[in-house]
Amino acid sequence: MTAMMLSLLFFGAGALAAALPGRFRRFPAGPLAAVLGSAAGLFSGLACLLSGDAWDFTAAWRLPLGYVHVGEDALSALFVALISLVGLLAAVYGHGYLGRDKGDGKKATSFCWFNILMASMLLVCLARDGFLFLVAWEIMALSSFFLVVFDHEKPGVLRAGWIYLVATHLGTALLLVMFLLLGRGGDLDFSRLGASGATASVVFLAALVGFGTKAGFAPFHVWLPEAHPAAPSHVSALMSGVMIKTGIYGLLRALSFLGAPEPWWGWVLVGIGVASGVYGVLFALAQHDLKRLLAYHSVENIGIIALGLGLGVLGSATGHPVVAALGFCGGLLHVVNHGIFKSLLFMGAGSALHATGTREMDRMGGLMKHMPVTGAAFLVGAAAICALPPLNGFVSEFLVYAAAFTCLSARASVWSGLAVIAGLALIGGLAAACFTKAFGVVFLGEPRTKLTACESPRSMTWPMAALALLCLAIGLSAPFMAGLVMPAAKLLAPGAAFASPVAIAEMTAGVSLAAALLAGLVLLFALLRKRLLRGRTVRSSLTWDCGYAAPSARMQYTASSYAMPVVGMFRLLLGTRVHADPPEGLFPKGASLESHTEDLMMRRIYGPVAGVLSGLADRFRLLQQGRTHLYILYIVLAILFLFLWNLAG
Amino acid sequence: MQSFLDILMILLVLLNFRLLGASQLGTCVHSVAFQAVIIGLLALLPHGLAPSWTWLMVGAVTLVKAVVLPGLVRRAMRETGVMQELEPFLGYTVSVILGVGLLAASFLVARPLRVPAGGMTQVLVPVTIFTMLTGLYLIIARRKAITQVLGFLVMENSIYLFGVAFAVEESWLVQAGVLLDVFAAVFVMGIMIYHINREFDNIDTDRLSDLKD
Amino acid sequence: MIFPMLHVFLALIASPLLLSVINRTKAFFGGRTGAPILQPYLDIAKLLRKGTVYSRTTTWIFRAAPSVELASVMAALAVTPLGAIPALLPFQGDLVFLAYSLGLMRFFTVSAALDTGSAFCGMGASREVQFSALAEVALLVGLAAAACLFRVFSLTDICRQAWAAGPVSWEGGGTLLLVAASFLVVLLAENSRIPVDDPNTHLELTMIHEVMILDHGGPDLAFIEYAAALKFWILGSLLVSLALPLRFADPLPDLAAGLIGLFFLAVTVGVIESVMARLKLVRVPQLLVVAGVLSFLALFDVMR
Repeated sequence: MTAMMLSLLFFGAGALAAALPGRFRRFPAGPLAAVLGSAAGLFSGLACLLSGDAWDFTAAWRLPLGYVHVGEDALSALFVALISLVGLLAAVYGHGYLGRDKGDGKKATSFCWFNILMASMLLVCLARDGFLFLVAWEIMALSSFFLVVFDHEKPGVLRAGWIYLVATHLGTALLLVMFLLLGRGGDLDFSRLGASGATASVVFLAALVGFGTKAGFAPFHVWLPEAHPAAPSHVSALMSGVMIKTGIYGLLRALSFLGAPEPWWGWVLVGIGVASGVYGVLFALAQHDLKRLLAYHSVENIGIIALGLGLGVLGSATGHPVVAALGFCGGLLHVVNHGIFKSLLFMGAGSALHATGTREMDRMGGLMKHMPVTGAAFLVGAAAICALPPLNGFVSEFLVYAAAFTCLSARASVWSGLAVIAGLALIGGLAAACFTKAFGVVFLGEPRTKLTACESPRSMTWPMAALALLCLAIGLSAPFMAGLVMPAAKLLAPGAAFASPVAIAEMTAGVSLAAALLAGLVLLFALLRKRLLRGRTVRSSLTWDCGYAAPSARMQYTASSYAMPVVGMFRLLLGTRVHADPPEGLFPKGASLESHTEDLMMRRIYGPVAGVLSGLADRFRLLQQGRTHLYILYIVLAILFLFLWNLAG
Repeated sequence: MQSFLDILMILLVLLNFRLLGASQLGTCVHSVAFQAVIIGLLALLPHGLAPSWTWLMVGAVTLVKAVVLPGLVRRAMRETGVMQELEPFLGYTVSVILGVGLLAASFLVARPLRVPAGGMTQVLVPVTIFTMLTGLYLIIARRKAITQVLGFLVMENSIYLFGVAFAVEESWLVQAGVLLDVFAAVFVMGIMIYHINREFDNIDTDRLSDLKD
Repeated sequence: MIFPMLHVFLALIASPLLLSVINRTKAFFGGRTGAPILQPYLDIAKLLRKGTVYSRTTTWIFRAAPSVELASVMAALAVTPLGAIPALLPFQGDLVFLAYSLGLMRFFTVSAALDTGSAFCGMGASREVQFSALAEVALLVGLAAAACLFRVFSLTDICRQAWAAGPVSWEGGGTLLLVAASFLVVLLAENSRIPVDDPNTHLELTMIHEVMILDHGGPDLAFIEYAAALKFWILGSLLVSLALPLRFADPLPDLAAGLIGLFFLAVTVGVIESVMARLKLVRVPQLLVVAGVLSFLALFDVMR
């Protein structure tokens, strides 16, 4: 508890120090405080997870509508540890990222919000009172909004910020409804919240949409691909890696108030999971903007998390403890894993962006030679997000798969199991397509435009290297990680309906043995190859392009052409618009091809709805003439009306 | 016996998918004929191997459905010189994937239906529904008139299968009635297609040379 | 323990032999004598003794890829059973590991191809990821059907139960037949055989696998060829285990039956390659979707 308080204190101090004016700004107080605070938070979270000691604290003073009641149990601790870990590395990275070409003032402001965001995210996970939770939630939304619009002078950034702000507040509105339903007597303390029967189902739906908007579940995800690319990369890493996970945390916390779940909640979660997963990965494939691609992959991975949690809910609703255990463990572990590899990927994208000055994949290429550390780290992240062994993504997806296969072999909830397996298989294959594209086009081959790229400073490469090592370490220590998330999973499956963890331990032991075998074999063959080639002639030459001796970088496959077959296969869903200006005649002058894939939900649903709404809002222009005396008249009229109403009542 | 039935069922379902995914008219006609043979076998199974009236009737009906009607359709195709390509409204891959959905739907629909399966396998009802849906799909989602005839034939197959599923006494009686209707339908459609084609041949510029004769 | 090790040993020794069985079958159909039965071994031995040439465009990814490919396919071999012979390292859920370690292999093949910066390699890579995404669905759903049928989900248990059921009883025979048909398509697609890809030519624009490895040479190419042979063995073992249940209740004849099954499979693939032409490229996804549909049907067949 002390560590946690210390952590919040550091963040607060950091925010204040960074907001100080003038010459104090030369000293990097913001990053330093963020690092210290994150370290303390990480310590607190890990200590709670490893020792199993939960704590609970109610301050003597009270807020207008509730108490300052905080606490840390296994579920909170898991998220606290993840947030702190990613926050720590993102702060170090951000120090380097903003260090070069932004002014000290701007950087300090950014880190002021960064510290506030960190503190509010931790507070969201710690709050044990509905009012405190909502306050922290709102601070989190606002501080991240200010971080998103950091580069507000660039075109499109402000628009992205507004979309984010609207989306998150619509979500918050539903959360308000949820808490009102849960706290029947107006008392919002978590220990006294509860609902049953039809109310429980309504609460579940409100939580699903409210928290799902933050998390990025498929129909509510539209802000994600707008806001994440617009933000500076360390902020994208923090937002995509951990901030959207607070939505998952909120959903799980809400579930814990509701007692025994209904089976259809599980079905809904599985349905949303498949939809988000496939939707996310398909739209990611169609993107040309590296960071937008990564943002869509967050939608995909949130879908995978929802699949795991859905099976967990289903398992505990239908009385299949092994399914429940595997599903919740898989979902929670994927929360951790996605936090790690997605922040790694965003940092890698940030370095690439830093070096080339563009986010367009089709203008990059060949960065591996100039940025070896970034490239290697991005490769690890890309392989991890494709769930390839022996990295961490495989472990969590394996657990979700195992939950689904348990469904099938127990002949319980077979349709959900089938949906999960088919969905994950399709997602896996398409994610591999997407990340070979991202990695291959950006880092491999020849540079597509003139490059002046060089490796980023150590403050940027070391966090990436640390995250990449973590990916490998988690991949090799599956039993330990399953044990780490187990207490949190136990909190979610109420009562004694929980499996003895023997089955999980056996499976995860098998996974890590196989992963270790794989890693060992890779080393073995690499050494063997080295030995075979020793003393032989190893020459360098041109790429053997089927005999063509003057290849140019423009002849390479681009990101668009690489993804074209798959995009074509799903054209009904994607609705990619292509403007082609094909070469004509014997000696064609110029030709061009342009393709653009706008979000389906944005194009078909949110865009038109927003259009209607703003059309309605335009009608109110009549009232808003811009003359002060008119406004004063309105105020007087309003007061008069209230006065009369009061008299009548 | 049971496993033999199962394999016949699976073949039936696969034939439906062949109908959904086929791009050539010939393949479709062939599939419909094959389907009729399988359904004939299914109708015979409960009656054992001893020769009887049922054998004769079912044999005759199967002969009509597997040889005569496809023959009529082929003749119509030949005489109207219709192209082999199917011209679908919805692509073949999409059709096959939709077929999976239709199959799942028919399983879901058949579950609460609780049809007395009359000693036949429990799958018979969903497979019947699926066959009927396939026929409907062919009628709706393909452009050519001749595929509509084929769709009718597939639906007729499924109705007969329903008779088998309900273990109707003298199911061939039902069959005979249905068959008569379909026969008339095929006949009428054949004539209509022929006429439509003849009318429109004159407009088709590719065939203006025919006028020389 | 001795028989699983024997199976792995045999796979390591004999997998290139399957490729030459295919080639001999094709030669027989084409009225030729065909290459010597040991030709794949000779090729690999020759390549292992050579030096190599690297493109100046490439990075260490290109150099590391063959080793990773061989390692991942061997890790997959460790969880592959052959009929009643258990795998070396069986655990519940190892079927997911098998699918994803083959995924790792593909990831590096494709990355190495993109590393060369050649348009040909990019084309092959693009097609590979498209087709494999569909094939993976067919593979995993097919395995799910088998898992649902036998109520276990480790490859070793599934295959053991399939063989325990035996060929006569036909318990779930329809399901297994559907899965086997689906896996045959997956096997052909994943091993880049006709009708999906043609392993014989390198330069046509319709090539997939061969065009991706154009730039490799020397020991690297030997690794890749050997890994390809092992991959055929692995997917073939799965297919044989599910489609050819010949149980003898004694490990030695079981192993022999499995090997005969693999030989028979190689001949079958040879016959398919001889009598079929490669599909039009746009038709390949349709074929793979059909394989997926067969897997789904198998699952429906269990669940009804």
